[in-house]
Amino acid sequence: MTKGEISPALEAENHDLPGHRVELGHDEPLQLDCGVELGPFTVAYQTYGALNADRSNAILVCHALTGDQFMTGEHPVTGKPGWWQQLVGPGLVLDTDRFFLICSNVVGGCLGTTGPKSINPETGQPWGLDFPVITIGDMVRAQRQLIDHLKIDKLFCVIGGSMGGMQVLEWASSYPERVYAAVPLATAARHTAQNIAFHEVGRQAIMADPDWHGGKYHEFGKTPRAGLSVARMTAHITYLSEPALHRKFGRRLQDRKKLTYGFDADFQVESYLRHQGYSFVERFDANSYLYITRAMDYFDLASEHDGVLANAFKDTPVRFCIISFTSDWLFPTSENRDVVHALNAVAADVSFVEIESDAGHDAFLLDEPDFRNTLRGFLNGCAERLGVFVE
Amino acid sequence: MSPDQGFPANASAAPDASEQPKLRADLLLISDMVEKASRVLDIGCEDGALLEYLGREKQVTGRGIELSQAGVNACVARGLSVIQGDADTDLVNYPDDAFDYAVLSQTLQAVRAPHLVLQQLARIGQRAIVSFPNFGYWKVRRRLLLRGRMPVTKVLPDQWYETPNIHLCTIRDFLILCEELNIEVEKSLILDESGRVTMARSLWLANLVGQQAIFLLRRKA
Repeated sequence: MTKGEISPALEAENHDLPGHRVELGHDEPLQLDCGVELGPFTVAYQTYGALNADRSNAILVCHALTGDQFMTGEHPVTGKPGWWQQLVGPGLVLDTDRFFLICSNVVGGCLGTTGPKSINPETGQPWGLDFPVITIGDMVRAQRQLIDHLKIDKLFCVIGGSMGGMQVLEWASSYPERVYAAVPLATAARHTAQNIAFHEVGRQAIMADPDWHGGKYHEFGKTPRAGLSVARMTAHITYLSEPALHRKFGRRLQDRKKLTYGFDADFQVESYLRHQGYSFVERFDANSYLYITRAMDYFDLASEHDGVLANAFKDTPVRFCIISFTSDWLFPTSENRDVVHALNAVAADVSFVEIESDAGHDAFLLDEPDFRNTLRGFLNGCAERLGVFVE
Repeated sequence: MSPDQGFPANASAAPDASEQPKLRADLLLISDMVEKASRVLDIGCEDGALLEYLGREKQVTGRGIELSQAGVNACVARGLSVIQGDADTDLVNYPDDAFDYAVLSQTLQAVRAPHLVLQQLARIGQRAIVSFPNFGYWKVRRRLLLRGRMPVTKVLPDQWYETPNIHLCTIRDFLILCEELNIEVEKSLILDESGRVTMARSLWLANLVGQQAIFLLRRKA
């Protein structure tokens, strides 16, 4: 495909995608942090497993920046396996034989839930940059309306990694009475300056692409492919680690015996990153990328509580299990530990493990034995205490 | 199905009590000091044996702190609330009187600042339970006196260059420190070489015959 053409996958209307879709916000518009009321709005979601009779076995999975509701099974756009297929399924840690799993596309996303790609009812055109800036809190308030719609009073667990972990923390802080257990993975209670910096590089790459057209590329029949690719390439580096990159690629050359003394992808790592960039464009909307990265940048749970993170969890009845990974430099253990310390300060029920892994931030997507066993043990312990069974 | 794919919640009846692994003798003595249905923080909880026992037998709400990843994994995988952390750095975060008991078993001698850790224990626990190997034990003294070498005993099994025990003390040292920190002893147990509670009529004797000691402490009003 040549530069600037629209991606076929993204051209497809959202209602062509499989899965559930619900229009919410008729009675209660979404009160966004930026002051705007959004409503009605659509939430696209997937469910896995069956809800039990007393509606007590529901687990809400919060996806990360570029994730979506298709956690497992063949992805309807990419044709590849879902992002958490190693953990979600019958007999797996997130056992669909026992739990009812819900995963919804976040507000601002591009796979069915209302976002900048959706049609603005006032103009009949895609929202583009007229879409209000959304926050992690807004995403969670939208999810809460979905959980109300599903008539679930209390979630057995809310779980997610990275931006998904931010949503988990927000859930536990905003709706402690509706969450029994919270599992924030590889995350932080605030986005660090370094992480904001990386996001800014990605956004600038998108906005520097002439095909972006000030966010109105849909109207011009274009896609800022180059910009979004570069944004993805940069971000992808931050999801890995030097040892992982070295192990995977080293300095090996791509389909050639010697250096070409040019700027082709001589190295395998370059070729890999280019592929990551190009394929990302097929499944993700550039404006959504701007909005969702912004939501992460704005996240600072302590700032909403007089600058004291512990205040976000005062008297919390929620059981927490926080997991970080040794080689994750995007959401390092220290950031996760700050959350642990805040929870200790209110004597909350918290478990915390740092898992040895060289996979970098992406480790939370993988089925590492220590990770799997810790998570399974925690969920089992919670299920035992609550007596959660599926009939 | 691999063994780790089981799901206890759905398993058949709980295994009967006789199948439960036996608790180490000193941990059993510690558990005797703990009231039913209380809140306990176990610092250096290893694989969580004490916490699990207290939860099962005494309906205790337990939390743990453990340094080793393997230990924490074992604890969390058995459903206990345990964080990976360090007695020297992680106790400051807890509020005053957060627990009925703060337990530090066989760990005091391995921390960087025992006096500060002890102070934290007395702050975050209504009571603290502390056990440690007694460096005043007669066999320790004998080895140092007669052979001029650092003692290696059952409770101090490592050579000086590889021991994690960097702040060993005697029972008398410990009591002096408690006094300085305004901490009082509510109960003390002196254990002999076989781990049995032994009666010592005086501190001088206790400090000689005790291989380990367990103290129930509280801060003075």
